[in-house]
Amino acid sequence: MNLLEIKNLTKQYGAETLALSDVNFSVKEGEFISVIGPSGAGKSTLLRCINRMIDATSGEVIFDGVNVYDLDKKELRKLRTKIGMIFQHYNLVNRLTVIENVLHGRLGYKSTLAGILGRYSEEEKRQAFEIIEILGLSHQVYKRCDQLSGGQKQRVGIARALIQNPKMLLCDEPIASLDPNVSKVIMDHLKNISTKLGITCLVNLHQVDVAMNYSDRIIGINNGKVVYNGPPNLTPEQIYMIYGSEAGELIMDLGGKNAS
Amino acid sequence: MRVEALVKRRKYSLIFFSILLVFTLASIIVTDFDVTKGFTCIPKAIVWSTKNFYPNADSLEKIPKILTKLKETVFLSVASTTVAAAFATFFALFGSHTTRINGFLSILIRGIASLFRNIPVVAWAMILLFSFGQSSLTGYFALFFVTLGFLTRAFMETIDETSKESVEALKAAGASYFQIIFQAVIPSSLPQMISWMLFMIETNIRSATLVGILTGTGIGFIFNLYYKSFQYNAASLVVVFIVITVFAIEFISNYVRRVIL
Ligand SMILES: Nc1ncnc2c1ncn2[C@@H]1O[C@H](COP(=O)(O)OP(=O)(O)O)[C@@H](O)[C@H]1O
Ligand SMILES: [Mg+2]
Repeated sequence: MNLLEIKNLTKQYGAETLALSDVNFSVKEGEFISVIGPSGAGKSTLLRCINRMIDATSGEVIFDGVNVYDLDKKELRKLRTKIGMIFQHYNLVNRLTVIENVLHGRLGYKSTLAGILGRYSEEEKRQAFEIIEILGLSHQVYKRCDQLSGGQKQRVGIARALIQNPKMLLCDEPIASLDPNVSKVIMDHLKNISTKLGITCLVNLHQVDVAMNYSDRIIGINNGKVVYNGPPNLTPEQIYMIYGSEAGELIMDLGGKNAS
Repeated sequence: MRVEALVKRRKYSLIFFSILLVFTLASIIVTDFDVTKGFTCIPKAIVWSTKNFYPNADSLEKIPKILTKLKETVFLSVASTTVAAAFATFFALFGSHTTRINGFLSILIRGIASLFRNIPVVAWAMILLFSFGQSSLTGYFALFFVTLGFLTRAFMETIDETSKESVEALKAAGASYFQIIFQAVIPSSLPQMISWMLFMIETNIRSATLVGILTGTGIGFIFNLYYKSFQYNAASLVVVFIVITVFAIEFISNYVRRVIL
């Protein structure tokens, strides 16, 4: 069954930039999908058009049988609780502790006042500690997030998304700021979440090898268009097809430098 | 490529200094400023100051009066800054890119804040003299408006700088506007906002002294009074107290900053 269907999705910034043009694909429940492509291809825009952090210019996003673009403000909040989001820069409140940041994932479920005051139920706290334990952050629970390493911060980010009880995770370059060893830990966690908890993952990645290692399927984007949608074992030709223009620009850059 | 850039930059700085030189010469000519006299005056001024401008035993009697006026000036600065900070917080929330609720309102607030900030405090005082006359209210509002403009801009930048990313995360998790303000924006930006407020209190104590001369209130007034009536010893004592106060306030705010940041 399809958890997510994207139909004719188009996003235009201003008069000129067509960040997404007529994007179509669907995602089955529990799938782990990597979205790859050169920088500026539209990967971040695509992810944010799904939970409407950015409003698409036209097209449809059907999530769990509901057209996301038909929802009013309140319904949208409700929907967003079902979609966790992970960011390249972790996007934590750095001056707050790990547990406070993790519990932020519950805000979408709470009344405004309870959220403002940060009043969480015992059950929510219990769940938070459990998730923190799974992600190996037990010793950091009461540490402020600005004292954590990059890998630890990203695990807090994942914990905050998981406590939402999401059906899907949107991950925007979750390992782009991390070194390879830490990246592996994070990717393993994401993969586990997908296989063990059955949570669908849509992950923007910059590293082709990582995408090929972890994904059930790869979607390649170039210049706002889906140019590849298939199994994760890419051939060099297919990689060139996805990254083509960036490779071309790189060559031109080198040529330009030599000339001057 | 790098050498080219360097040569280009050197060319620009050459042009810049030439223009600066032309302006300097032009203003000397226009204002009839005697450069040599300007510099030879400095030693004379120092000699005069050491002879006349120091506190003596007589002037110590004035201390209670000076302290009363000083207290007035400090309270005026603190009151205008804190009230302005409260208003600035609201304006900054609706003006910042991260937390605005309406694009037009944001532009409007940014415009007004810039305008208020860029009118010098003395100009504000002169404008307000018409409405309130020579009273502390004039000084209060002059400081209030400049501070409101300044802090609104500073708070907006603080919010955008410190909480843009976490606001995005909480929004994506389905949090509501006020939850985001209290759970992400305030915890991230409050320390820096307090730091800006302390900075403005320091600045305003200096400004309040100056404005006091115009409005006939506070420590500025009493300095002006002594100075104009040739009581240089008393006037110098006022200066000593102003300097001590400014240092004390700076010390306190540095301490608070260390604790909260
Ligand atoms: N807020 C914005 N305003 C205008 N143009 C934007 C904005 N965000 C992204 N773009 C443009 O849209 C295109 C796609 O950007 P993005 O989705 O960030 O690509 P990616 O994540 O693949 O690097 C780029 O050309 C980028 O410059
Ligand atoms: Mg991106």
